[in-house]
Amino acid sequence: MQTEFIIFVFLALATLIGAASVALSRNIFWSAMGLLSSLVGVGGLYVMLSADFVAITQVLVYIGGVLVLIIFAVMLTSHIQDINVSNRSMGLVGGYLVFFVTATLLCFVAIWTPWKLTGELPVADTTVAIGNGLLGTWLLPFEIASVVLVATLVGAIVIARKEVKAD
Amino acid sequence: MEHAEHAAHVAQQLGPLATHAVSYLWLIPFFPLVGAVINATMGVRLQRKFGKGLVHSISIGAMALSFITACVAFATLLGLDSEHRFLQDTLWNIFTAGKVSVDLGFALDPLSMMMTLIITFIGTLIHVFSTGYMADEPSYWRFFAYLNLFIFSMLLLVMGDNFVLMFFGWEGVGLCSYLLIAFWYTDPQKAAAGMKAFVVNRFGDFGFILGLFLLFWALGGAWHKAPDGKTTYVETDSHAAAYVAAARGEGHGTPHVQVGPTLNFRQLRDQIVITDTGVAENLKSQTVFGFGLLAMVGILLFVGAMGKSAQLPLHVWLPDAMAGPTPVSALIHAATMVTAGVYMVARLNFIFALSPTAMGWVAFIGALTALFAASIGFFQYDIKKVLAYSTVSQLGFMFIGVGVGAYWAGAYHLLTHAFFKATLFLGSGSVILGCHHEQDMRKMGGLGKLMPVTKWTYLVACFAIAGFPWASGFYSKDEILWKAFTQEGLAFPFLGMTPHLGQIIYLMGIIAATGTSFYMFRSYYMTFTGEYRGGHGDEHGHGDDHGHGHTHVPHESPRSITFVLVALATGAVLAAVIGIPYAWTGHAPLLEAWLEPALPAIVKFAEASHSTEYLFQFIGVSAGAIGWFFARMLYKDNESKVPAQLLERWKRAWTVVYNKYYVDELYQGTVIRGSVGLARALSWFDKYLVDGLVNLAGSVTRAFANIDGAIDRYLVDGAVNLVANSTLSAGSILRRVQTGRIQTYLYGALVGAIAIVLINFILQ
Amino acid sequence: MAHLTLTHFLVISALLFGFGLLAVVTRRNAVAVLMGIELILNAANLNLVAFGRYVAGGISGQVFSLFVIVLAAAEAAVGLAIILTLYQMSRNIDASAATTLKE
Repeated sequence: MQTEFIIFVFLALATLIGAASVALSRNIFWSAMGLLSSLVGVGGLYVMLSADFVAITQVLVYIGGVLVLIIFAVMLTSHIQDINVSNRSMGLVGGYLVFFVTATLLCFVAIWTPWKLTGELPVADTTVAIGNGLLGTWLLPFEIASVVLVATLVGAIVIARKEVKAD
Repeated sequence: MEHAEHAAHVAQQLGPLATHAVSYLWLIPFFPLVGAVINATMGVRLQRKFGKGLVHSISIGAMALSFITACVAFATLLGLDSEHRFLQDTLWNIFTAGKVSVDLGFALDPLSMMMTLIITFIGTLIHVFSTGYMADEPSYWRFFAYLNLFIFSMLLLVMGDNFVLMFFGWEGVGLCSYLLIAFWYTDPQKAAAGMKAFVVNRFGDFGFILGLFLLFWALGGAWHKAPDGKTTYVETDSHAAAYVAAARGEGHGTPHVQVGPTLNFRQLRDQIVITDTGVAENLKSQTVFGFGLLAMVGILLFVGAMGKSAQLPLHVWLPDAMAGPTPVSALIHAATMVTAGVYMVARLNFIFALSPTAMGWVAFIGALTALFAASIGFFQYDIKKVLAYSTVSQLGFMFIGVGVGAYWAGAYHLLTHAFFKATLFLGSGSVILGCHHEQDMRKMGGLGKLMPVTKWTYLVACFAIAGFPWASGFYSKDEILWKAFTQEGLAFPFLGMTPHLGQIIYLMGIIAATGTSFYMFRSYYMTFTGEYRGGHGDEHGHGDDHGHGHTHVPHESPRSITFVLVALATGAVLAAVIGIPYAWTGHAPLLEAWLEPALPAIVKFAEASHSTEYLFQFIGVSAGAIGWFFARMLYKDNESKVPAQLLERWKRAWTVVYNKYYVDELYQGTVIRGSVGLARALSWFDKYLVDGLVNLAGSVTRAFANIDGAIDRYLVDGAVNLVANSTLSAGSILRRVQTGRIQTYLYGALVGAIAIVLINFILQ
Repeated sequence: MAHLTLTHFLVISALLFGFGLLAVVTRRNAVAVLMGIELILNAANLNLVAFGRYVAGGISGQVFSLFVIVLAAAEAAVGLAIILTLYQMSRNIDASAATTLKE
């Protein structure tokens, strides 16, 4: 138990520090790295929750896909010379306020709600179960998700391509 | 028996009520009016197109028609018996307001008939004279228009049957006098002379109006003191009329006398003269602030006469009026206008006769004026000025006459004076014309040989004025002085009855008569005897081209002038016929008999024998002779050195008299300065106080307007603007919500969500 | 404290959510905003899995979070495409400069 807890704390720190740097860092690149750290930490937390497939997917899709995309965007849109792009306006004070209120509220809810915990053990082989579930019970959301993906991709391409003048 | 006597007495009193209505009297003033209007409106064009002949033909024609009509009226009057000689022609009622009722009516009784004949006859002659005298004048038409207008006004004055018409004519002659005196208005001195005449006349008119108002008011009733000490106002009893008619024993349809305030001369005369009405008694008993009412009325009315007829304090305009053309002086300032005052007093004889004070005052002023003016006339060198002062002096005589109660004598002197003064003036005009508009007698002389007709007519007129028995002046002047001497019923204001006032007046009169003779003959000798002293032929006066091409030797005047001179001189002599005194013939003089119905006032004179009267007549002639003698001695042929020596010896006194006793300067220093000062003070008052008040009102209004504006601008508009601005600022503030940044909106949504949760949470 | 329960994970996810919110609300760089959104989605995911493990049982929580991951990827793609287009147009990806929605 002790090691479990230490690992948990470690992962939690990675997550939170990463999230903090996303929110508060002056350097956009460091924010991206913070995001990386945060995503990794969340993946680790998934593992601790016995959701290994989700953890892998997280790493593959989020870190390997989304984060890479984000880093592309950061590189393409910021002047490398002056990294110092983000300038806090719109009142950090207000932001902090929101942050504290929200977080406090949620923590409050989390800690003081008497959750009805089930004593079940986690599913052993999650990959098989998820596979079966995707093609079985949750087939419709699966198909819709794929349609959404197609639409998104087409949309992204349409948005991002340059205007081609008709000759 | 008693009743019959009484009835007879009443009948006698009622006799004068009868009037004879005719319908052509209005033509007499109408013709000159038409002539004036034609010449005034079309005169310029007529003169240009048809020459001066047409202009004066219109004028003279109008005058002639008027004279003929007057003669017709005269004939009609002669045809009536003496008690009923009263022609009345009422046209229409001008206005009625309360007790005042004014008709446009003309009345001719013997007095006004005499005046009308004088005016139209002498007027026509002077018009004829003017054709020769004013031959060179470019504004010929204007002159004749004014002359006709003057005749019209004078006729209105004389023929009007009520005070209003008389006053209308009174003012009218004042106006025409101004217009004619200032005929050559481009000369500022002449214009000033005209203005002086007008203004001084106005002074007189003021007194006239006051007297009129007082009389009118007094007729309405009287304040009576009851035994218990209370004073009440009692209106005049208007039942007297019925009483009088009933007493005569006749029924309706009889003429009866109207009692009460009236402006009509006839009504006024009737109610005062007919003693049964009680009006005369009423008036005699009334007092105004302790002064006898009738005395005040008389004195005030006489103030009007003083202005119009140039008596002592207000005489100053007449000598200056000589600035006008000579025909004007002859007509207006000898024969007609200045006699209006005398006419007025004669017309109102019944009022004056009731008040010894008024009579004494009038006579005294007349005598004083006669003496005063005669003394000034001694030393004047301008021939017209001599004649002007002579006129003032003779008017004084006329007022002596009407003052002491010899009304017919005053009127007679008016008549004779009209003739001989007109002759003298026209003669002087002829002389002036002959000497090329030279008026200074020192530059004349020896004209007797060169202008014989003028000389003889002038001489005849001089005898008339000096009072020698073969010319008319003697009869009128003598009658006046005799009546003055025998009048013992005069009173002087504040002195009460002064029985010897009459004699004092006689004395003043006789001295003035001596003086008159002296200065008139002086002027005659200086002008017509000796050698001609003028030689420079000053060309002053308006453009004279006689077209004769002469050197400066005077010559006789044209036929138009000499004819008139002869006619007037003849009249001056013949007028004696109607005035031959009772003492000589045993019959009342013709004129006295003629005028008697119009002069009903009964005035008592002291009884004296005929021998006394002959004595006084002799004294009168001697006075004239003495004057002639001295004048002859000093001035015949201008050889004597005595005048110059006397002048040197009495230089100071001579200077005072020569300068007309500095009366004009006195007026300038007091009245003129006073009124100018008053005008200045009032102007200051008006400028600073009145205008100041008005400006203040304006400023206050402006200030209020400013305040209002400020209120409007700042409060009202401010409120409106405030609303608008607050809306705008609210909008601009609220606009900031829409930042366009998504994060802001997210913010808002978050805050909202959290709020809901919190509220929900807390509420639980 | 030694024993891990649901609460721990929920707190982590709450804090993660808060940071993500902070990033979205305060950051001016559009890409940073996108990163914040990813954090929020991750927090939600963590919640789902935690509840699936401790409350619901079975794999429903995990399947749901898979879908979330997929959709997050799709949305990130589109969002970045938009950002890139914006950058091409105005050379600026300052979120506070994109104020055309302002009145």
